[in-house]
Amino acid sequence: MTDKPLLSPRTLTHLRALEAESIHIIREVAAEFDNPVMLYSIGKDSSVMARLALKAFAPGKPPFPFQHVDTTWKFQDMYRFRDEFVAETGVEYRTHINQEGVAAGINPFDSGSQTHTNVMKTQGLLQVLNKYKYDAAFGGARREEEKSRAKERIYSFRDRYHQWDPKNQRPELWNTYNGRIRQGESIRVFPLSNWTELDIWLYVYLESIPVVPLYFAAERPVVDMNGTLILVDDDRMLKHRPDLDERVQQRVVRFRTLGCYPLSGAVESSATTVPEIIQEMMLARNSEREGRLIDYDEDGSMEQKKREGYF
Amino acid sequence: MERIDENALIETDILGFIERNQNKELLRFVTVGSVDDGKSTLIGRLLHDTKGVYEDQLKDATRTTDTGETAIDFARITDGLRAEREQGITIDVAYRYFHTPIRKFIIADTPGHIQYTRNMATGASTANVALILIDARLGVLQQSRRHAMIGSLLGIPHLLVCVNKMDLVDYDKDIFDTICADFKGFSDTLDFKSVDFLPISALMGVNIVERNPARTPWYDGPTVLEFLETVPIADDINLRDFRYPVQTVIRPNLDYRGFAGQVASGVVTKGDRVKVLPSGKTSTVTHIDMWEGDQDEAFAPQSVTLRLADEIDISRGDLLVHEDDAPYVGRHVDATVVWMDETPLDPGRSYLIKHTTRYVRVNVDEVAWRLDLDTLEQDDSAETLKLNDIGVVRFTAHRPLVFDPYRANRSTGAFVIIDSMTNTTVGAAMIREPDDPAALKAGVELGAESQVSPTERASRLKQHGGVVWLTGRPASGRSSLAYALERRLWDKGWSGAVLDADDPRYADGVCAGTSVAAAVAHRMADAGLVAIVAVDSPHARQRESAAHAPGDAFLEVFVDTAADVCAARDNRGRYSNGTPEFERPVDPAVTVDLGSTDLETAADTVVAALTRAGLVFDKPGPRR
Ligand SMILES: Nc1nc2c(ncn2[C@@H]2O[C@H](COP(=O)(O)OP(=O)(O)O)[C@@H](O)[C@H]2O)c(=O)[nH]1
Repeated sequence: MTDKPLLSPRTLTHLRALEAESIHIIREVAAEFDNPVMLYSIGKDSSVMARLALKAFAPGKPPFPFQHVDTTWKFQDMYRFRDEFVAETGVEYRTHINQEGVAAGINPFDSGSQTHTNVMKTQGLLQVLNKYKYDAAFGGARREEEKSRAKERIYSFRDRYHQWDPKNQRPELWNTYNGRIRQGESIRVFPLSNWTELDIWLYVYLESIPVVPLYFAAERPVVDMNGTLILVDDDRMLKHRPDLDERVQQRVVRFRTLGCYPLSGAVESSATTVPEIIQEMMLARNSEREGRLIDYDEDGSMEQKKREGYF
Repeated sequence: MERIDENALIETDILGFIERNQNKELLRFVTVGSVDDGKSTLIGRLLHDTKGVYEDQLKDATRTTDTGETAIDFARITDGLRAEREQGITIDVAYRYFHTPIRKFIIADTPGHIQYTRNMATGASTANVALILIDARLGVLQQSRRHAMIGSLLGIPHLLVCVNKMDLVDYDKDIFDTICADFKGFSDTLDFKSVDFLPISALMGVNIVERNPARTPWYDGPTVLEFLETVPIADDINLRDFRYPVQTVIRPNLDYRGFAGQVASGVVTKGDRVKVLPSGKTSTVTHIDMWEGDQDEAFAPQSVTLRLADEIDISRGDLLVHEDDAPYVGRHVDATVVWMDETPLDPGRSYLIKHTTRYVRVNVDEVAWRLDLDTLEQDDSAETLKLNDIGVVRFTAHRPLVFDPYRANRSTGAFVIIDSMTNTTVGAAMIREPDDPAALKAGVELGAESQVSPTERASRLKQHGGVVWLTGRPASGRSSLAYALERRLWDKGWSGAVLDADDPRYADGVCAGTSVAAAVAHRMADAGLVAIVAVDSPHARQRESAAHAPGDAFLEVFVDTAADVCAARDNRGRYSNGTPEFERPVDPAVTVDLGSTDLETAADTVVAALTRAGLVFDKPGPRR
């Protein structure tokens, strides 16, 4: 047997095959739904999904807006990156903040991570879905990401209340997606379903897709909270927790996933390029979400969240 | 030959690793086996040995045995949703991912039980390889034959039969040979390009990744992984017949008009003559656009955008093919159907199908036969198909289908069946070779056709043809509203036409039946008119089949005048025997109550809805 991956002529590499599949999905949804939206969370998966959307409709623009649900606690680097992305691509961009949550003073420190995430992210998302009456929302989730996602469909159906009912999902054969819904119902679409974390980074590298600098290692001020390194990203952190001031230290760290900065753990790393990130990832192979406090609740939590409308 | 050690590469030459990984081929396979044949163990081991498992998943699967040793319960690695875990079985298709130095793999892990034919069909629909497990102690069960048969029906090119638990039969060559011979007798009658057999022990890791000559000295074929890495899949895709279902038209400015789609099969080259189906118009490909730039050719399954030399009408749902290599065009198809819904197929009903990028309404003519899943014989007496049944069904489509037989083309030969009342996917269908192929070659059935295109009509009439269907009880005011609406449209510069069952001029009964009225209305809509239909259609089913396909503009208006108001207004005795039966529409586009609203206002409401839907317009815009 040969030791080399040998491609016959007119065979797509797996990355190009995944790309073609994702573009097909994005176009199907854009063509069949009245009011689709791309949920844009600024992370690497969103960046890849956005690139695929741009490819799908070039030389035109994606015929749907990019929607950010802003918890107000994202990393400053993420906000900067987002603004550049919007300016450079010229996509239609919308942002939403759950103002009720802001008025109630919800924040990750005093309210706890669960409440903060539930109010600012999950409720915020539901508000915006209702506000604009989106009937299809693209999300960047991947099946490989978490055990309970292995059976997630590419089109995930939600009832009028955005609820996901495991019994009410449709079989998906070939690349023929049944996109019929009633008024008020909607779907979440996961064009990256079949991509792995390695695929994402390989594609970022292959396509030179810009990603938030926080993915790369640099010296940053962090606090060690029970073994999780939290970045001191702005002065709100010490305002809420003055006691942490003396525990701030400079370390060379990077992030594997990005969310709200007080809830995203950094890892010590020296990876400053995409190949180095891939190298580090392949050597470590810890599940990607381990660095996220939000998942520390009991087994099956993702499924629970999905029922509640969180991705 | 020596296997390349990618792990070493990761440490010493990450760019080399990346380079390799940007040039791997993708293989999809489906795994099937009866409960306890060792499927989870096999998959768990494949994932584990190829490092497709994360540390935390491994932690979950590691347990301490009675003797105090730590052992990996490989079957635990692939656990699914909570409910299923509680029941201790897998009941849905789960997708898993791993790679080796040679290829990338997607596993569709499907439960093998007879009840789960639909899951297996789902997983099989995109697979290159079916991996079937047989318990060496039990030999070839009917179950295994059934799995192979379904795999073959769904067009999986390669079959790999793994005879598992060889450790429990002392790695006995004779037992293995007997099972192979037994199975081969059956699989020879099927459609696979290749059928291979492998003696394994999933539990002991024998012949999974590593060969184990100590255990099976008599076996010199590949291991499971080697097989998956080397089975030739490049010609699994049909690269002969160019088929290109148009997904959407890309029109960023007046100078650019591109047709976006994924090449379903075949290859297209710049300068090729192509034909658009079903219209039959022809043109030449001038550009094959991708983000990376203009390409000289595109092949399946690339997603591209094509531009043509001529300005011809093409929209979503059309199929582009090479001029000299036409598929079939016809309304009648026989298809092998896997039924996937709790509610059995209703032969008296119409369904929607999604075929490539088109929705079309079909009637079920008959169930020709059903496969008896126990005997694998044809059951000619069957009248319906129930959940997980497989059978051959004859359909008549309301519009011509452009198709190939599934055996020749897994894309244009397949469709999903949708219940348009619930919108659920109720079946999957694989089109069979037509009885009279010559009669169906493209164009023959189409005959003479209109020389006025829908676009031309729309730009002159300032409207797209459509059907406004007025649903309501007798005496709810449907006819009055129909004429008020016709007038209102006229005053605003648009043209409608009423089909009214109560009109004495139609005493000959042209509009008596809903299906006749629907057919006439759709014909009027094709001519560019807004057809306003006021006929009795008390049953949801009548209205459903009147809607034809979603591509057609169909607006259901619910004239929701209360029954007692209708009874009081009725002057033709229709309420003398009590209130007649009436099913309320589930999801009407517009609802008006003519008990509380006057005709003018109601007509305006409908006109507003038509405007919103883009059916009538002042300036041309997209039809929604
Ligand atoms: N002795 C032996 N036992 C096996 C082998 N493969 C699986 N088993 C056992 O058979 C049982 C069922 O295996 P599992 O993988 O859960 O089967 P599944 O229902 O097909 O997924 C478990 O107790 C396994 O440990 C094998 O090759 N040899």
